[in-house]
Amino acid sequence: MAILLIAEHNNQSLKTETHKVVQAAADIGGDITVLVAGFNCAAAASEAAMISGVNKVLVADNAAYEHQLAENIAALVAELGKDFSHILTAATTTGKNFLPRVAALLDVAQISDVIAIESADTFVRPIYAGNAIATVQSADAIKVLTVRPAAFRAAETGNSAPVEAINTTAHDAGVSGYVSEELTKSERPELTAARVVISGGRGMQNGENFALLNGIADKLGAAIGASRAAVDAGFVPNDMQVGQTGKIVAPELYIAVGISGAIQHLAGMKDSKIIVAINKDAEAPIFQVADYGLVADLFTVLPELEQQL
Amino acid sequence: MKILVPVKRVIDYNVKVRVKADQTGVDLANVKMALNPFCEIAVEEAVRLKEAGTASEVVVVSIGTTAVQEQLRTALALGADRALHIETDLNLDSLQVAKLLAKVVADEQPGMVILGKQAIDSDNNQTGQMLAALTGMGQGTFASKVVVNDGKVQVTREIDGGLQTVELTLPAVVSTDLRLNEPRYASLPNIMKAKKKPLDVKAADSYGVSLESKVTLLKVAAPVVRQGGVKVESVAELVDKLKHEAKVI
Ligand SMILES: Cc1cc2nc3c(=O)[nH]c(=O)nc-3n(C[C@H](O)[C@H](O)[C@H](O)COP(=O)(O)OP(=O)(O)OC[C@H]3O[C@@H](n4cnc5c(N)ncnc54)[C@H](O)[C@@H]3O)c2cc1C
Repeated sequence: MAILLIAEHNNQSLKTETHKVVQAAADIGGDITVLVAGFNCAAAASEAAMISGVNKVLVADNAAYEHQLAENIAALVAELGKDFSHILTAATTTGKNFLPRVAALLDVAQISDVIAIESADTFVRPIYAGNAIATVQSADAIKVLTVRPAAFRAAETGNSAPVEAINTTAHDAGVSGYVSEELTKSERPELTAARVVISGGRGMQNGENFALLNGIADKLGAAIGASRAAVDAGFVPNDMQVGQTGKIVAPELYIAVGISGAIQHLAGMKDSKIIVAINKDAEAPIFQVADYGLVADLFTVLPELEQQL
Repeated sequence: MKILVPVKRVIDYNVKVRVKADQTGVDLANVKMALNPFCEIAVEEAVRLKEAGTASEVVVVSIGTTAVQEQLRTALALGADRALHIETDLNLDSLQVAKLLAKVVADEQPGMVILGKQAIDSDNNQTGQMLAALTGMGQGTFASKVVVNDGKVQVTREIDGGLQTVELTLPAVVSTDLRLNEPRYASLPNIMKAKKKPLDVKAADSYGVSLESKVTLLKVAAPVVRQGGVKVESVAELVDKLKHEAKVI
């Protein structure tokens, strides 16, 4: 088995999702080659070389790859990927963007959002917002998978795999260009990596009230998330959405505040170790999955909670 | 410019999904079906581009049994001009769907393809990207804003870190995210009018595309159900339980 794993990074540093995909690759077994495609991305490549289990790191350093444009990255990965049995990347917005394109160029299927590896050709993935769990077997010569990071632990570090530059001509499809990015700045841990997540829903009423979650998040070292309703209403930015079509999180502790618990929201957080729900409606479905439920007005209990932590 | 909008018939998003006892799949008998919510957003965006004078025609296409004609009629009632039903009994994977759509793109020559980023049944999030690859088009996935200008389209994308804007040369593929627009409801007169709009039917195997998938569904299981826990009476009790029982803080 020869596995090609495409690293997730921002040119300067590697994202923790990559370590988790390495763990999924190790579960398949075989030689693991990590591709770092970017621009001035040497630092990210050396971080990749430190992940245990990685046999080799390939670096494609070119302006065409700076912003991970799917058209360019996919052409590169499809070219390199021909010699591998598996191609893996994280099921993040970056991976979901370019990997199906790779699969189509290689004329093979993609298996999305893998949560467990049964064997080298058999994989487990949620469907219907996690209300059903499918086991699928692929007879394709090259298995192309996106891996759900929340379902795997991060591979250890402490390795020093060789790093090699790729010398093929850069792929610039010429049909797409980067214009701009508005990244949400936060001192808090990332939602998908945080040990504790506290999320607000429509019950928060407006964006200003999300400040009620700040003090609690500070004390717990938590990331702050939201339901779709809170994002749609403009209380908070889209990157905070947890759920079927947002981010999938599985922290040690998830606190849902003013969130009813629609299946689409549960799909993004029901694998959390401990779930706390604060909701004034005792019948809210969120209580059916919560380990600890507090039926109360959030505006009364959030300040108390902050104080008592 | 013509806009092609591929759409999918799926289980209604409010329906509680049940796995069949024999683990062969999900029980869809007598279950309410609907236009996939992301496809609805795609139809809405295309219709708005037509209303703004940017697009001249909106063509919707769906692949499946005759039942998908119901969703095509819904799309026509929302403002699409004509529909194409590609008929098959097979449950196709994204790659086969993308291959059929690539043929439709070759026939119809649209200036843009707008489609949902994922279907809420298979949750694959693949078809748009695959179609873009097969046709050599650029792709703007997970769109929350689409601006067409001078042979190009600027697409603002919802990404994990926030928003990213890319510019694509037309023709291009755009996949929709939740914030792109709020779809309208079809009015009764428009539902009536939709019944008379053209709907062509073609057999999937007439396209000369291999519809065989190399992926086999071995089983579909119900997820492990989480047991609800206890209700606590106060913040003090909650903090105590989290510290001493769950030991997570
Ligand atoms: C295709 C599709 C994809 C979707 N994807 C997602 C997704 O990824 N993530 C997601 O979250 N949703 C998603 N949804 C939306 C989902 O169906 C729900 O509409 C949404 O999760 C509801 O958000 P909410 O719980 O914040 O709002 P509501 O359902 O309105 O619930 C608000 C809750 O706040 C409580 N409340 C109000 N005031 C107070 C107070 N003062 N104190 C305490 N409690 C209070 C109420 O009792 C209520 O339970 C999706 C829907 C569709 C159709």
